[in-house]
Amino acid sequence: MLLKLEPNPEQIKQEKLYQQMGLSDGEFALVENILGRTPNYTETGLFSVMWSEHCSYKTSKPVLKKFPISGPKVLQGPGEGAGIVDIGDGQAVVFKIESHNHPSAIEPYQGAATGVGGIIRDVFSMGARPIALLNSLRFGELDSSSRVKYLFKEVVAGIAGYGNCIGIPTVGGEIQFEDCYEGNPLVNAMCVGLIDHKDIKKGQAHGAGNTVMYVGAKTGRDGIHGATFASVELTEESDKDRPAVQVGDPFMEKLLLEACLELIQSDALVGIQDMGAAGLTSSSAEMASKAGMGIEMNLDLVPQRETGMTAYEMMLSESQERMLVVVKKGREQEIVELFEKYDLEAVAIGKVTDDKKLRLIHHGEVVADVPVDSLAEDAPVYNMPSMEPAYFAEFQAMENEIPQVENLKETLVKLLSQPTVASKEWVYQQYDYMVRTNTVIAPGSDASVVRIRGTRKALAMTTDCNSRFVYLDPETGGQIAVAEAARNIICSGAEPLAITDNLNFGNPEKPEVFWQIEKAADGISEACRVLETPVIGGNVSLYNETSGTAIYPTPVIGMVGLVEDLDHITTQHFKTSSDLIYLVGETKGEFGGSELQKLLNNGRIFGKAPELNIQIEKNRQQQVLAAIRAGVVQSAHDLSEGGLSVALAECLFENPQLGARVNVAGNLVSALFSETQSRFLLSVKKEHQAEFESLVEAALIGEVNNSGTMSVVSGEQTVLESSVEELKAAWKGAIPCLLKSRD
Amino acid sequence: MKFAVIVFPGSNCDIDMYHAVKDELGEEVEYVWHDTDNLDEFDGILLPGGFSYGDYLRTGAIARFSKVMKEVIKAAEAGKPVMGVCNGFQILLEAGLLPGAMRRNETLSFICKPVELKVENNESIFTGEYAQGQTITIPVAHGEGNYYCDEATLEQLKANNQIVFTYQQNPNGSLADIAGIINEKGNVLGMMPHPERAVDSLLGSADGLKMFQSIVKAWREAHVVKA
Repeated sequence: MLLKLEPNPEQIKQEKLYQQMGLSDGEFALVENILGRTPNYTETGLFSVMWSEHCSYKTSKPVLKKFPISGPKVLQGPGEGAGIVDIGDGQAVVFKIESHNHPSAIEPYQGAATGVGGIIRDVFSMGARPIALLNSLRFGELDSSSRVKYLFKEVVAGIAGYGNCIGIPTVGGEIQFEDCYEGNPLVNAMCVGLIDHKDIKKGQAHGAGNTVMYVGAKTGRDGIHGATFASVELTEESDKDRPAVQVGDPFMEKLLLEACLELIQSDALVGIQDMGAAGLTSSSAEMASKAGMGIEMNLDLVPQRETGMTAYEMMLSESQERMLVVVKKGREQEIVELFEKYDLEAVAIGKVTDDKKLRLIHHGEVVADVPVDSLAEDAPVYNMPSMEPAYFAEFQAMENEIPQVENLKETLVKLLSQPTVASKEWVYQQYDYMVRTNTVIAPGSDASVVRIRGTRKALAMTTDCNSRFVYLDPETGGQIAVAEAARNIICSGAEPLAITDNLNFGNPEKPEVFWQIEKAADGISEACRVLETPVIGGNVSLYNETSGTAIYPTPVIGMVGLVEDLDHITTQHFKTSSDLIYLVGETKGEFGGSELQKLLNNGRIFGKAPELNIQIEKNRQQQVLAAIRAGVVQSAHDLSEGGLSVALAECLFENPQLGARVNVAGNLVSALFSETQSRFLLSVKKEHQAEFESLVEAALIGEVNNSGTMSVVSGEQTVLESSVEELKAAWKGAIPCLLKSRD
Repeated sequence: MKFAVIVFPGSNCDIDMYHAVKDELGEEVEYVWHDTDNLDEFDGILLPGGFSYGDYLRTGAIARFSKVMKEVIKAAEAGKPVMGVCNGFQILLEAGLLPGAMRRNETLSFICKPVELKVENNESIFTGEYAQGQTITIPVAHGEGNYYCDEATLEQLKANNQIVFTYQQNPNGSLADIAGIINEKGNVLGMMPHPERAVDSLLGSADGLKMFQSIVKAWREAHVVKA
C-alpha cells in the first residue's frame, strides 16, 4: 500500500507549514500550549479549519454579540444549524441564510448549487421540513464583461439545478449589480422550514457510550480546506483553488432529506448535525462541545469514495450531502434499515465519550487527540482595530443636492432598465417556485408568501440589502436594510417575526473594513430592537475582496413574517380602476446612493445615505398592517430604488390595461426619484376611503384608471406621461437584452 | 375512486398530486413506493413530476426499470386511467406506454411559469369536463419538455386524435406545440404542464381540477354501466 508521507510535527513547526493552512504563528503557539506538545499534521489541519473565520467567527464574534437574539417567540437563537421562531398552534418556522461567495467566484454553477444544498441541510438537521428557498445575489455590471454574464448565468443555473431537483420552491430573492462585485460575486442562500415544536432536534452529542453514525454520501477528496479558502481574499491565483469547491448532488440530498425527516421521528435519535464547512471535523467537534462531551471515531469505518485517503483528508473533506447523527447505543440497526429504504448508507463510526476530547483512530493508531472545546467554543477571538475611513467624513460633509433631470419620462425608462431595478423574470422563471403547491405570492412582488397547508396561516419571506446605502453610511444603511425587509413583509400582509443575516464584507484586518462591520452591526441591532425582529442566526462572509479592493459592505437581511389569515395576503399590484392611490410618508430630496445618482454619474455614488427614523418607520408599518388586516387595502408596495415613479410603474405591470394618474407637489425630481425611506404606495377602494384614512396617515395622490397610461400631474400640468406597455417593455426586456448583447 | 400516487426516489410533485386528489377532488388516494408489486386495489394511477433518480442517464430512463412499472403497464393494459405529469410523462415515454421522446427545452434552461393550453380533444377520459378548443391556464416547470416524435408517429397521433393539449405559445420547442398526448386506447395520458398545481385559485389557477374531475366522471360512468 502506498503511504503518503505527511510532514512530522517538527517539520510543521520549523518550516511553518501551518501558515499554508491558514494558522498564524501566534495561533500555532496557542495550539502547542493547549496540547502541551507540537500538533501532528492531522491535528494542525483540525485547528486550522476550526479556527478559520468561516467556522470560528474569530474576528466577527465581538460584533455579533451586539445583536438582539432573544424574544418571546424565539425558540432557538444563533448557535445551532438554524434559528427557530414560534408561529402558534405548536408550529414553528426555522430559517437561516448562508453565503457561498468564494466557491461561486471560482466555479459558479457548483458553488451556487452547493450553497443551496448546505443551507437546506442546516434546516432539516433541526428536524424541519424545508418549504422554501430564497437567495440574495450580487454581480458586477452586466454590460462590463463576458465573465460577469457567465457568473450570473451559471449561478442562476446552479441555484435552479439544485433547488428544482430537490423539490423545494425557490420563491424569492434579490439581485443587484455593481462594479465592486465584478471579481467577487455574492451568493447568499436562505432556506425556510416548518416544524412542530415536539420535533425540534439539536446538534448535540449527549450520553457517553452512545453511537456516532455517519449517514449520506461517501467522503471524497473534494472541498478540502473549503472553509479556509472562504476565509482569505480572492486573488488572480484563486483559480488554482478550484478543487476546494465541492460538487453537489441534489438527488442524493433529496434522499437524505426524506430519510432524516423519518429519522427525526425515531426516539433512537440523540442529535444530528450537517457536515457542512469543515465537514466531519466541525460536526463532530461542535456536537461534542455543545453537549459537554467528547467523541471518538475510527476513520477506517468512514465510507470513502476514493482509496488511500488520509485522516487529514477525511477530516477536512467537504464532500456534500452528509450528516453526522448520534443514536442511542444498541439502536444502530434500526437506523441502518431506515436509511437502506432510501439506498443510503448509515455506518457506526464512533462513540460519545465523557472526556471532552476528539480522538481519531486510523489504521489502528491514534492520529489526533485534542480537546473538543479548543476546536469549537474556545477558538481564539480577536478584537480587531477599527478606523473610520476617510471617505465617510467626506460624504457626510456633502449637502443633499437634487440632480438636474432634463426629461422625466426618459429618465424613468432608463431607471426601469437598470438591471438592479428591472424585472428579474429571466432569473426566477428558471426556478421552480411552485413545487409543493403552497406558493401564494410568487417572485416579483415585495415579499413572497407561502401558505401553511391545513391552516389559515402563511409565511411571508424576503431578502434585502441596499449595499450602496451601507457603503455611504454603514450604521444608517444597516438600519435601512432591516427596515426595508420589514416594509416588504408588511406590504404582503404579514407581521415581521425575526431575521437571519449574512454579513458580507471585505478584509476585517483592514481597520476601515472592520469599522464598516461594527457600524453596520450597530444599525442592524438598533433596527431589530425597535422593530422587534431578533436575529436568530446567520452567517459571516469576510475577505470579499479581489486584488485588494473590497465589495460594498453588504449585510443581507433575510426576514420572515407571519400572515395570520390568508385573507390578509396583499401584493404590490393595482387591482381595479377607480381605486384611490395613497402615499404614506413625506418625501425629501435624498439622492445619496440612489439609482438616479448612480445613473447620472457613471455608476459613482456619493453623499449621505437617506435618513431613517426607525421609530417613525415602525409606526407607519403598524398603521399599514392594521389597514391591511382590516381589509381596506387593495395593494401595497414599498418605495425603494428609483423612488415613487418606479414604484408606481411597478404597481401597474401586472395588469397593464390599468393606468394611474397621480398628483405630485414640490420639486419634481425629488417627488419622482428621491429614495427617502419609510414610504409606501397603497391603493384603496373608494368605499373604504374613510376607514382607511382613520387607520393610516397618508396623502391621497391619485386614482387607478383604465387608460393603460401612467400620468404624473403637477399643478395643472402633466409632467410625465407614458403608456404602461412602453414602461413594462423597458423593465421586462432589460436583463434578457443585456445578456444577448455582445461585449 | 381510489388513486395511487407512485413515488420514485427523487419524485417531488408527489405531495402536490396527493393533495390535489385528496383535498380538492375529494377522492381516496395513497402514496405508493416504487418497489410495490401490486396495484390491484387502485382504480387510477398517477405518476407525479420531479427528478426520479436525479434525471441520471436521461429523464425517466432509470425509473422505467422500477418494480412498480411492471404493475403500471399491467394497469394500463387493463384499461385503468394512467396519468403521467412532467417527469411522469417522461417515464411513460421511456416505458413505451406513449410514443415519442423528450428533448431539452429549446432555451436549454429550466422554465417555470403558467402557460395557456388549448384543449384539442375533449372526448378523452381526462378532458371530458372541458369544452372543445377551450383555453386553460396550467403551469409548466421543466428542463426537458421539448416533445419529439417521427413524422409517421405524428401523423398517427393526429389521425387518432391523440394530441390532447397544445401550447398557445410554445415554451419549450415541442413538436406541433404538443403539451399532452394519450395512447391509442385513450387511457394513458402524458403531459408536461402540471394540472395538480392548478386546483386552487388561491395559487393562481383552478383550471386543472377539471382534469381530475373528468377522470372520476368517466370512471363512475363506466362502473355504473358495468354494475
